[in-house]
Amino acid sequence: MTAAAGTARAVWRRPPLIRNPRLRWAIYGGSLVYLVLAFASVDVNWTRVYEGLDRGLRFVEGFLVPDFVSRWGDIAQGMQESLTMTVTATVVGIMVSVPIGIGAARNIAPLPIYLACRGIIALSRSFQEIIIAILFVAMFGFGPFAGFLTLSFATIGFLAKLLAEDIEDIDEAQAEAIRSTGAGWWQVVNYGIQPQVMPRLIGLSLYRLDINFRESSVIGIVGAGGIGATLNTAMDRYEYDSAAAILILIIVIVMLAEYGSSIIRQRVQ
Amino acid sequence: MVDASRTFPESWRKRTTRTELLIWAGWLALVALFVFCWQVMTQDTIWMFVADAPSQAADIGSRMVPPRWAYLPDLMAPLWDTINIATLGTLLAVIMAVPVAFLAARNTTPSVRFVRPVAMLVIVASRSINALIWALLLVAIIGPGVPAGIVAIALRSIGFVAKLLYEAIEEIDAQQVEAVTATGASTAQVIDYAIVPQILPAFAGICVFRWDINIRESAVLGLVGAGGLGLKLQDSLNILAWPQVTVIFVLILLTVLVSEWVSARVRHAII
Repeated sequence: MTAAAGTARAVWRRPPLIRNPRLRWAIYGGSLVYLVLAFASVDVNWTRVYEGLDRGLRFVEGFLVPDFVSRWGDIAQGMQESLTMTVTATVVGIMVSVPIGIGAARNIAPLPIYLACRGIIALSRSFQEIIIAILFVAMFGFGPFAGFLTLSFATIGFLAKLLAEDIEDIDEAQAEAIRSTGAGWWQVVNYGIQPQVMPRLIGLSLYRLDINFRESSVIGIVGAGGIGATLNTAMDRYEYDSAAAILILIIVIVMLAEYGSSIIRQRVQ
Repeated sequence: MVDASRTFPESWRKRTTRTELLIWAGWLALVALFVFCWQVMTQDTIWMFVADAPSQAADIGSRMVPPRWAYLPDLMAPLWDTINIATLGTLLAVIMAVPVAFLAARNTTPSVRFVRPVAMLVIVASRSINALIWALLLVAIIGPGVPAGIVAIALRSIGFVAKLLYEAIEEIDAQQVEAVTATGASTAQVIDYAIVPQILPAFAGICVFRWDINIRESAVLGLVGAGGLGLKLQDSLNILAWPQVTVIFVLILLTVLVSEWVSARVRHAII
């Protein structure tokens, strides 16, 4: 006993996050080399930054005294486009993603349909909204219609994937009980699965409504309509007080939407 | 005790007539809202362009193939920039988000009434504005290039990292904190020995997850002038060089897949 106590370390040291010392030092060394290389390749033009500080200050001033009035017509138009785009795209996106989500659930869909639906989801998820918006603007022309299509398409990847995972996680006993009454496939989906996934589907739909509004403020930069176009114009004209007003409106609407959807979710779940 | 005088309906129904009517009215309102929004949105749409879309799509598709693979070497430097924007941006965001998260968590904030709302406001403001919009502002302020992209990614990520981290801090086991406090440890020592070890795995997972998202976002930041692959994309789109656009799309797709794989592996190893 005394011998063992003699060899033990006198001071306790906490165990490291990565147990293998070789791997640990390799990761530390690799990170250090990467950071040095990365910082070396980023060249900051300090004179430009110094000149820009003046603009930064004007922007902060704009935030303190936002100008809602002088461009109100443009802002109202952009907001109207953003909000209508968000609502229509979310509704259409949900309507399309429910069948795809059901098709992408392995426990209720046959293999060919499963693979096809998973393919659609992967396609929709792998590209940024803004890239899809560029393509849709090129095809459908400028304006909120292209934005509507972009957001609908992006909604499919998000909602169908989560719905499919939810359906795969259901309590199989309930579906089995419905099936044992002699119910057909539609009836199993309607009575055995739909009640189990409905609360979460509503929650996810509200969350997606939120995301779609945030995205609708961006895709305008590439010409797909909405408040992003107004914001881009305001920035190009160096009207930082109008730009600040738009940003404040976006933040307020997102906060309201988050607050509202949290209330609805509490009531549903 | 069942009231004998009460009459029961012939068949079982899940809801009363009143709730059924209410639900029906709710659906009607939703449909009406949708139709109204659709009308407002499409009032300026030129349907000729929409009808023309299939031929436009076919046209663009035919221009996009074959991809101009010779353009690939030109994309290596922007790809390196994109990875740097995402990684350094995430790093910067994490450095700023950790204090915000500790100020926002109910069990570690110095004051629930005054400090916590400020921290929450920082989180919401950072989360509601997309990285592209941050980049738009920063390009105007500190000039086009990689630094604007790094700061834009960092500002966007603060809210995300801080939100998930403060939720993790609020869920820790209070007994461990109590045990360390009982030894006479100072606040800093309590954080170091009781709180940090509990949230470290979640923290690492959050960082890698955000890094993965940031790779996607930094790939398009160049569209507004903040460096990386998006800059090349903008150049190619401006001169309608669709074969180059295809190459860029393929490269972005591959980068995203690799980053997703890395992030999934690391998170799997940690959790």
